[in-house]
Amino acid sequence: MIDSNNIVRRLWRRWDTRIALVAIVLYLGAALYGEAVYRWHKTHDSTAPYNLVRDQYRYVPPGFFNPVGRGLPEGAPFYPLGSDNLGRDVLQRLIQGTRIAFHVGIITSLIAIPLGVLLGCLGGYCGGRVDAFVVWLCATVASMPGLLFILAIAMIAGRGLTGIYLGIGLTTWVSVCRNLRGEVMKHREHAYVQAARMLGYSHFRIIFRHILPNVAHIVLIAFSIRFPASVATEVFISFLGIGVQGEPSWGIMINNARLRLWQGVWWEMTFVTLAIFVLVLAFNHLADALRDMLDPALRSEKIQ
Amino acid sequence: MKHYIIHRFLVMLPTTMGVLLLTFLLFNVVGGSPAEVVLGKNATAEALAVFDARHKYDMPLILGRWSGVRALQNVSSTRLKFDRRSAMAEVPLGYGLPAGIYRLNASRAFLSLRRIADNFDDEVMIDAPGEAVVFTVPRGWKVVRLLADGVAGRNLSLEQKNSAWWDTQFVHYVCSLFRGDFGVSTEYRVPVTRIIKEGVGPSLSLTIPILVGGTLLGVMLGLLCAAWRGGWVDHVILVVSTILMSVNYVIWVLAGQFILAFKLKLFPIWGYESTAYLVLPVLIGIFSGLGRDVRFFRAAILDEVYKPYVRTAQAKGLSGMRIMTRHVLRNSLIPVITYVSLSIPFMFTGSLLLESFFGIPGLGSVSINAINSSDMVVVRAIVIMGALFYQVVNLITDLCYAWLDPRVRLS
Repeated sequence: MIDSNNIVRRLWRRWDTRIALVAIVLYLGAALYGEAVYRWHKTHDSTAPYNLVRDQYRYVPPGFFNPVGRGLPEGAPFYPLGSDNLGRDVLQRLIQGTRIAFHVGIITSLIAIPLGVLLGCLGGYCGGRVDAFVVWLCATVASMPGLLFILAIAMIAGRGLTGIYLGIGLTTWVSVCRNLRGEVMKHREHAYVQAARMLGYSHFRIIFRHILPNVAHIVLIAFSIRFPASVATEVFISFLGIGVQGEPSWGIMINNARLRLWQGVWWEMTFVTLAIFVLVLAFNHLADALRDMLDPALRSEKIQ
Repeated sequence: MKHYIIHRFLVMLPTTMGVLLLTFLLFNVVGGSPAEVVLGKNATAEALAVFDARHKYDMPLILGRWSGVRALQNVSSTRLKFDRRSAMAEVPLGYGLPAGIYRLNASRAFLSLRRIADNFDDEVMIDAPGEAVVFTVPRGWKVVRLLADGVAGRNLSLEQKNSAWWDTQFVHYVCSLFRGDFGVSTEYRVPVTRIIKEGVGPSLSLTIPILVGGTLLGVMLGLLCAAWRGGWVDHVILVVSTILMSVNYVIWVLAGQFILAFKLKLFPIWGYESTAYLVLPVLIGIFSGLGRDVRFFRAAILDEVYKPYVRTAQAKGLSGMRIMTRHVLRNSLIPVITYVSLSIPFMFTGSLLLESFFGIPGLGSVSINAINSSDMVVVRAIVIMGALFYQVVNLITDLCYAWLDPRVRLS
């Protein structure tokens, strides 16, 4: 059974996971702010700050390198993290990138995890033909060449975020399904499940009301692993130009920045890299901590 | 052993079939009609139908006797034109129906036939007591006008009869794959098999060193971690590998190329001319995967460290080094080999980003180009090849296990 209060308290007690939690909350705040900005400018049909082109202020270095009044004319806009090739604010674009990263992380998880949970529970609980079908489906999808298959789905679904959601979501449910299936199989033999069956509860109720809460930690761990992986994959796909179109995703920013890196415009690349790195690192670390805490099977990995 | 081999082959069959079915559904059904992909959006319905007939795309998808025809396009029964003279509804045909057996869900049909050789016209009226009108267009004739009665209030459907229920697109697709026919690239107009043959070599020259180097380095670091478990060496390696794991792959490639090749000029930047050109991509490949590998190998080795035989060996007074390399390493090789063998099939499909950024003409850069130019045939071929290789390598790994370990084949 997951006690979310207890988990957060235990994660908060350690200094390293506390930093990871704070970082994730900060990113979440940035993503929410980005969403608000995006929505506001969409409803008011105005140019959002991250798309505001200022031709006269291209490649302005970050604010702390070039304070207003030194080198720049009076009344120049302040760029905390510099500006890009069209004079757009890198900070604003980074925040929009965070928004897209959270969209991708959450929506792909919303596709992959329910799919994996449903199939894993059914296969593990029913056994027999249903299980054989689930195992077959898992084996089939698992033998596809990962990234290329995601790219193919994204290409067929059409360039854009929908393609990314479907591509990542429809390929990554396999690991969730396999873990959950094994765990549900173990629980099927437990006394509490047999008692529920004796009481005449429906199979549906036994699976989703009795077994699922007991294996929910696997779902939580799966989410904490899937989220950073999806974000990293989205960066890769958008970098290749198959993903997000016309919005400042981190992958697109890297692709823009790399062309001017050779001319010494380092800030855009550095800050995007840092933004991705810190988010993924925080999530990876949190995933490790959660796994150590919640999964007894993997606890041997932790050193006493 | 013989029984195990047969059993293992039988287990492989449904998965292979699943792979073929999944790729078929993804590329040939969801991906849109291949005829429209090849001929473009502005092709006439007749040209599309001719293309379909030639490549057997006019067959039912997976199983069945009837399949829809292209002649009938975007029709809803409410908008049918009414023919006053015969008091029947006009079925809009995109082109003259060629020879074949057709089924129309109407109670009565009126056909205007035309002999193609001399434009001789003929007319036939067919009454159907049952649900649908079935008519045959003889060889050398085509239907130029089709009127139907009793179609009001339902969706019109005009279907062509197939020679056999198993003679379908999917079966044709599987057969052509088994013959080694992966289709022709829409971008380069050459058979895909040739593109794959040319690309496998460069891909392997990149991925084999990455796999071997990455595994050796990873196992060594994993052993170090396990030997000093809980100590500072273990902690440092673990923290560093988590950090390495969190660096995006794109960044690895860009930073490696920019800093090591462009700024420090240690390696050539781009090209595929000598071994020197491969050093940097191989290094990047190894280090980008190292974090995950080390963590996995460390966990695999630690699983063994606490087993009783290790304690026995310690009690007998063996040195720590000897226990680690002779006893623990050997036993932990099983998960390690499984882990490594699962990445062997993807060596053939190459590394997408490394190849296109370092100008290595392997299957990775071929795939990227194909995706950028929407060359579905090439993407499909590489996906299928990767998946089939996966099946084969899995089979070989399992057979090796069974050969090495009697418990596997007897259980």
